[in-house]
Amino acid sequence: MTRSPYLVEKTSVSIVMLKVLLALIPGVIAYVWVFGTGILITLALATVTAIVSEALVLKLRQRPVMPFLLDGSAVVTAWLLALSLPPLAPWWLIVLGTLFAIVVAKQLYGGLGYNPFNPAMVGYAVLLISFPVLMTQWPAPGVLAGAHLGFMDQLAYIFGRHLPAGVTLDAISSATPLDYLKTQLTLQHQVADITQSSIFGFMGAKGGEFVTAAYLLGGLYMWQQRIITWHIPVAFLGTLALMAGIFHLFDATQYASPQFHLFSRAAMLCAFFIATDPVSGPTTPNGKLIFAAGIAIITLMIRQYGGYPDGVAFAVLLMNLCVPLIDMYTQPRVFGHDK
Amino acid sequence: MSAITQLSRLFKFNGGVHPPENKLQSCALPIRRLPLPAKLVLPLRQHVGNLPKLRVAVGERVLKGQLLAEAEGTISAAVHAPTSGIIASIGEALIPHPSGLPDMCITLEPDGADEWLPHAPLDWRHADKQQLTESLRSSGIVGLGGAAFPSHIKLRADGTSGIDTLVINGAECEPYITCDDMLMRERAEEVVRGIEIAYYLLGAKQCLIGIEDNKPEAAAAMRAACDKSEYPLQVIVVPTIYPSGDARRLIHVLTGREIPSFKRSTDMGIQCFNVGTVQAIYRYFQFGEPTLSRIVTVTGNVAQAGNFDVLLGTPVTALLDAAGGALPDTNDYLMGGPMMGFSLPSAEVPVTKATNCIIAGAPKLFPEPEPAMPCIRCARCADACPVNLQPQELYWFAKSSNLEKARDYKLFDCIECGCCSYVCPSHIPLVQYYRFAKSEIISQDRAKQAADVARERNEFRLMRIEREKQERAQKHAQKAAGAKTEGSAAADGKTLEDAKKAAIEAAVARAQVQKAAVEPKNVSDLPPAVQSEIAEIDARRSDAALEVEKMQLKKTIDTNSVADGKGNEAVSQASPEPTAEK
Repeated sequence: MTRSPYLVEKTSVSIVMLKVLLALIPGVIAYVWVFGTGILITLALATVTAIVSEALVLKLRQRPVMPFLLDGSAVVTAWLLALSLPPLAPWWLIVLGTLFAIVVAKQLYGGLGYNPFNPAMVGYAVLLISFPVLMTQWPAPGVLAGAHLGFMDQLAYIFGRHLPAGVTLDAISSATPLDYLKTQLTLQHQVADITQSSIFGFMGAKGGEFVTAAYLLGGLYMWQQRIITWHIPVAFLGTLALMAGIFHLFDATQYASPQFHLFSRAAMLCAFFIATDPVSGPTTPNGKLIFAAGIAIITLMIRQYGGYPDGVAFAVLLMNLCVPLIDMYTQPRVFGHDK
Repeated sequence: MSAITQLSRLFKFNGGVHPPENKLQSCALPIRRLPLPAKLVLPLRQHVGNLPKLRVAVGERVLKGQLLAEAEGTISAAVHAPTSGIIASIGEALIPHPSGLPDMCITLEPDGADEWLPHAPLDWRHADKQQLTESLRSSGIVGLGGAAFPSHIKLRADGTSGIDTLVINGAECEPYITCDDMLMRERAEEVVRGIEIAYYLLGAKQCLIGIEDNKPEAAAAMRAACDKSEYPLQVIVVPTIYPSGDARRLIHVLTGREIPSFKRSTDMGIQCFNVGTVQAIYRYFQFGEPTLSRIVTVTGNVAQAGNFDVLLGTPVTALLDAAGGALPDTNDYLMGGPMMGFSLPSAEVPVTKATNCIIAGAPKLFPEPEPAMPCIRCARCADACPVNLQPQELYWFAKSSNLEKARDYKLFDCIECGCCSYVCPSHIPLVQYYRFAKSEIISQDRAKQAADVARERNEFRLMRIEREKQERAQKHAQKAAGAKTEGSAAADGKTLEDAKKAAIEAAVARAQVQKAAVEPKNVSDLPPAVQSEIAEIDARRSDAALEVEKMQLKKTIDTNSVADGKGNEAVSQASPEPTAEK
């Protein structure tokens, strides 16, 4: 009878996923501070939708429900999607995106471990293509607007598109720096002038840059906990900074600085939480470097030349396609073998 | 000495894990001796290799150290009587093997006298090396680290051995096991003397003794003993990372050299011995003692864990008793460590040369494996694999029976150390999948070999039939050519036609004769109606037979005629006259 090893490390998929959620907490706190408590509603809505839909599909697929619900992967998907959406998106948008992520992108491909594409990014991409206006309508961060809507007001807006008396949508929303940069550049303005706008902060978007910094913190925790390796974050952020730097050096009037790209929108979230999704990513060390560098390049290209303000979701999905190929060609040298 | 240690650079292999060591429990007491058990069961095969040849009979009285079974063939090891007594029986008994299958064993009933066969030391420094290694063949010494490979083969100084580096394995990387640790602490002198013998026999240039840094006492004792040696022996403390005690890993850590996958370390001029093995070599040369006992760690769910100097053949139960007995919730007995060991089929099995550790298992120590979840491709297994394999890919290939792919991804380089399973968050029994895939591939290869042999035979048969046909054709052609040259001036085409017709007619005539000759038996008593019916059937049958014969004949003739042409050509070429005439 051989069932060795008899010893196993105290770990499980649930523990891994819980640690990912834990690592997202600083980001969520910063988010609340910058945009108000509405994100908590969005997170809750996405979480409930993910759990219910996952349970239903598991039941339909005649799979054990509890072990897979408890693995926590659906909640991680829900949170990543929720954190990518505009904070005041209507409830049905959140539900729709989560449903698509869990049911189509994950369960229809076979559930945990079998999805070739990052489910959260599939959900995001579907919403972005289907509802471009809603998906680009970002509220102004509290630091800009002076104050943001209270919890009840945000609740009313998310569920009923209902604004308090005397408040207009324009008053609470603003263009994101990436959008603003793009439109202003087409109007022949220069980067240095554009970034003088009040919506720009020290590095990226005013307020938003704190959220990205908090993601960085959570990411470092995951690295310390060996949930992720250094390869993807370093290759992604490094390539993004390097490429943006080259463009910036080449023509500073047309191309924003590398630090702006690093601290804008989804870059940090992508570096530590999205591109590092193990299921849809490569497994070899060199493969991770190539994969992450590819995402960074596509993201930057979409940001600079594409029709969408941010390109993380499409970049991730495009690189997901390449994963089997990347893995095949980056097999590391086995001990005692020549390359 | 310490200066040398600091000078030598250590190398790192990929991954590895560091499970809780659990070694302290069994290090508290010195090595103890076990009382003589009531019977000793000695499996004939306690080593890797051929079954040794039996040299005793049931009822015989044997002395301590007497040869019971002699090494047979190159890779084999002798078995000796661990004490004096009577051979009670020889037959199949349960042995400590993962298969749980019984094997040939000699059962010895000790007489309590513990009377030695006269034995003498060997003056190894002044003897012929060839003679020494030859004598080692009868020592019964095998690798005591657990692999149990006969040591005399590894020490063969055939003049071309070309070993420059001797690596001594004192890493003992598996959790729980402390037998090598305790041996080095208490008998470092003997170990070092053994190293010197191996060094001398192999003609080594340097010797590296690797000890994990969780055994400072052992390292200190070994250093002290090495300092007194005339040979340049270096004790090197290596980081505690499982599986640094794997020979290829340890050689890499100490020398930075990777043994190529399909080569042996000796091809690279490196030979590796376990500390227990060299101590056994010392005992053999210094006192003439063959391998009769070994040190075994008894630990886990027992009252008083410790190390014991145990006679081979001692039942595991006696060992557990000596350790204060297994605690009530014990549900399993492991041999070896928890990473690569296996569950014993029963606690009644004997201690063999490969038994380095017995662990009483309990749910609280080794919980039942949790249900496996799907692989999430987190690649922790790849990070942990000391061979730098991609366990997640191998798992996928093994699971889908994509065995060729598994082989391409170097499945056979897997050492089954269990690091991948240890770290897997999905609790997938990865090593089991690899064992399954390996055995599948091996059996497929065997089946393929068998099929290849069968195919070759069949091809040969077909070739033979074809050759015979050709020979027949040749004969026919020669005949035809002969008829032609006789000069029966008839037209060429016509003769051939005639020959065909004649042959067919002859066959028909023959068949008719045969038909007439057929005398139906056992039907004469039947009523005429039935008889006539039978006659009718027979007639039909023979007609059919006739048809068949006709067709066959025609076929042979046709083929012969083709061959004929060729034959003629050959003939005409051989005799140039007719062509010249034309």
